[in-house]
Amino acid sequence: MRDVAVIGVGCTDFGEHWSTSFRDLFVKAGTLALEDAGVSGEKIDALYVGNMSAGRFVEQEHIGALIADYAGLATNNVPSTRVEAACASGGLAFRQAVIAVASGMEDVVVAAGVEKMTDVGTGASVDMLASAADREWEGFAGATFPGLYAMIANDYMHRYPLTREQLAQVAVKNHENGSKNPIAQFRNRITVDTVLSSSLVADPLRLFDCSPITDGAAAVVVVPLERAHEFTDSPVKVLASAQASDTIALHDRRDISTLDASVAAGKRAFAQAGLTHKDIDLVEVHDCFTIAEICAIEDLGFCKKGEAGRLTEEGATALNGELPVNTSGGLKACGHPVGATGIKQICEVVTQLRGEAAGRQVDAEIGMTHNVGGTGATVVVHILGA
Amino acid sequence: MSVSRFWRKIPQRYNLIGTQCTTCGRHFYPPRSLCPDCRRSGKIVDHKFTGEGTVVTYTVIRSASDQFENTTPYVLAIVELDEGPRLTAQVACLPEEAKIGMRVKSVFRRVTADGESGTIHYGTKFVPVE
Repeated sequence: MRDVAVIGVGCTDFGEHWSTSFRDLFVKAGTLALEDAGVSGEKIDALYVGNMSAGRFVEQEHIGALIADYAGLATNNVPSTRVEAACASGGLAFRQAVIAVASGMEDVVVAAGVEKMTDVGTGASVDMLASAADREWEGFAGATFPGLYAMIANDYMHRYPLTREQLAQVAVKNHENGSKNPIAQFRNRITVDTVLSSSLVADPLRLFDCSPITDGAAAVVVVPLERAHEFTDSPVKVLASAQASDTIALHDRRDISTLDASVAAGKRAFAQAGLTHKDIDLVEVHDCFTIAEICAIEDLGFCKKGEAGRLTEEGATALNGELPVNTSGGLKACGHPVGATGIKQICEVVTQLRGEAAGRQVDAEIGMTHNVGGTGATVVVHILGA
Repeated sequence: MSVSRFWRKIPQRYNLIGTQCTTCGRHFYPPRSLCPDCRRSGKIVDHKFTGEGTVVTYTVIRSASDQFENTTPYVLAIVELDEGPRLTAQVACLPEEAKIGMRVKSVFRRVTADGESGTIHYGTKFVPVE
């Protein structure tokens, strides 16, 4: 196995792109990544594209070929593969790219993620997102995605000392970070009151506990570490790539408010990298809902079960805290174009490790990403080092 | 949900029929045709559940997909049947009545429909037990 490095990143603005199409979003992100990497199109050996549901959001399947075509790579016959694992599609596309390069099968590989969610109405997108859970036995009963995470939140708050205010502070912190991120969908600061006075979506989760509906794309370029200096002076090394599965339905979990796939993927990643929690300087976790960030911090082992709410309240996860969590603004403030999120997390950590994160820059040499599909049926964790 | 897709699960949805692995004794609802513990050495048979259980966790859905929009708010719960398996279902009670640990029993109810002239989907809901 060869060591792998990220040599370029690119991200569109996240938000409502009513005047930009699915394919144009991708082309923009891909172009930014190639420019950042200093790579020309004819050098690309393969493409992996994370996308959850273009078939339903824009009624287009065969995304691998579409992306290769509009990226100008179809005439070179570059292999292009779509990767799907609901909201973990992007993280999984990155992992496929890393595996391809590590194996020696490919040299210069683009991993991308893209989702165009605002071409349909809210009710339709709620239904599409519910397909990340078990359609026949959760969706049939009327389960929505916020509803499933709300059941995690209620189970958690029944068993551990997490207050509604502490939960709100996750959103407050992520909006604060998002305010410093030029690509973030929401760059407004909010207060605990903003969260607690927003409308109920699924008790106890309110509108400001939820990540938004977002359009966006992100892309990164990976190469063998031994070739990275042909392209850049600041390669970022992939120290670990881990993935785990769990039951598709929340009701079949061993423990409703522990995502066992996060636990397993986290442990595998630490073992691969030969690192411990103390070595991690920042982490981008999958905060599709505020409770998800609380669970992620604990499931990845950064603190004991039941402590993440207090740590958030004390500022330990803020930009200047002991472990900055979601410096990008997370899914909550940065936005959550489901297939693109996992790649955006990689982009954020690479940007931080290269010292290019401007107003939200933290002191970091090693960063982690944590990308969840569904309510935890797929989890992908990566560790990157400067 | 398409007619065929709903229709083939009618026995399970209408009568709360799941499965049991007779090798290890474990019950499954929703039904499984492969035991995750015994896998291919498991022997799976149908099992009708008594329908009594306990609410493990719940929420009140206030913003739903188009299909359920006109029934909000509704209580959605994970119910642990007395035989062990857990399922996701609506509890027919007022939002403020729902609580973790409440005892419930299954009832046969209309869940949703495919538009105004499409199939009516019936299935299992739960009601509180006094």
